[in-house]
Amino acid sequence: MQSFEQVVAAHGAAVLRVCRAVLGPVDADDAWSETFLSALRAYPELPQDANVEAWLVTIAHRKAIDVRRRAARSPTPRADGPLASTPMSDVEDSLTLYQALQELPERQRLCVAYHHLGGVPFREVAALVGGTEAAARRASADGIRALRARLGANRHSALTQGASR
Amino acid sequence: MNTAGTLFSSLDPTTGDLAGLRARLGNSAAADQLVDVAVTTTDSPVGTLLLAATELGLVRVAYVDLGNGVDGVLEDLSTRISPRVLEHRSALDPALRQLDAYFEGSLHQFDVAVDLRLAQGFRRRVVDNLRRIPYGRTATYAAVAAGAGSPRAVRAVGTACALNPLPLVVPCHRVVRSDGTPGQYAGGVEAKRLLLALERRSG
Repeated sequence: MQSFEQVVAAHGAAVLRVCRAVLGPVDADDAWSETFLSALRAYPELPQDANVEAWLVTIAHRKAIDVRRRAARSPTPRADGPLASTPMSDVEDSLTLYQALQELPERQRLCVAYHHLGGVPFREVAALVGGTEAAARRASADGIRALRARLGANRHSALTQGASR
Repeated sequence: MNTAGTLFSSLDPTTGDLAGLRARLGNSAAADQLVDVAVTTTDSPVGTLLLAATELGLVRVAYVDLGNGVDGVLEDLSTRISPRVLEHRSALDPALRQLDAYFEGSLHQFDVAVDLRLAQGFRRRVVDNLRRIPYGRTATYAAVAAGAGSPRAVRAVGTACALNPLPLVVPCHRVVRSDGTPGQYAGGVEAKRLLLALERRSG
């Protein structure tokens, strides 16, 4: 069995992308931390042939719900700026992407994040967000299309590539 | 695994983002007693070293520039001790400080708690004997075999030294051939020469 340290090294970045897409840049850090802490607890019992990244995304899905609930309960404005740690050159791009993601219907955002960023097969995405595999596939395609429309034609080629998966 | 190409590139974490999160994870996991094996790596005059500790003490020092590298050592720890292996540098601070002092020549005797579970049976007896060889001195493989109670097991002593879970701290580099040549070493012959020279200079 791989050590948990290797799991963090291999999947840490992908899980953070998923958390950022689902929650935005600030709450993503908390969701990431809680995901890996919870995963570490359960890791020794994980079956050898499990899809580790899909398992992590499943945990991240639950943690994101927790984080969002907590944030809803305490509506105090945050002291730290939402993009404090992002290099200036990327701020405009990421603001636009984060806004575009937040404007997507929840289902589309989750399907896009879990499949395209987390590498989770649509059958398992459907199990997470509810509905059929076909519906998850459709929601993801719709989400990608909406993001493409929102973000402009300069990313057209990259998007077409991504949506074909 | 960004299948949507550059669309999502602004979500990509920087090395610093992840390093910060991983350090925080190590601290939280240790506070919740979820880290069975704390690990870290460090540069040294004899190459990159991986250090690992359990709650009992230092359990592994490994040369990771050779062999199967960091991944090989991590998988070995995961299999033989627990898969709950995680980077948590502060758990290894005392060992790191003493290694620095050793390489400066100012520390002649390590004083850290050790967990010798990775050396069993005859290999454990060899390890116990290696720990009695003083700084700056050497012993032959034959002498260590005799000390471990099996004077004819000279080759087995060589194997036990090669598999020593705590090189440097358990000084297998002080075991040399009867003709005075250094012989093999887990960190490579050059490292062994360097360590023997360091101890001659500073002893």
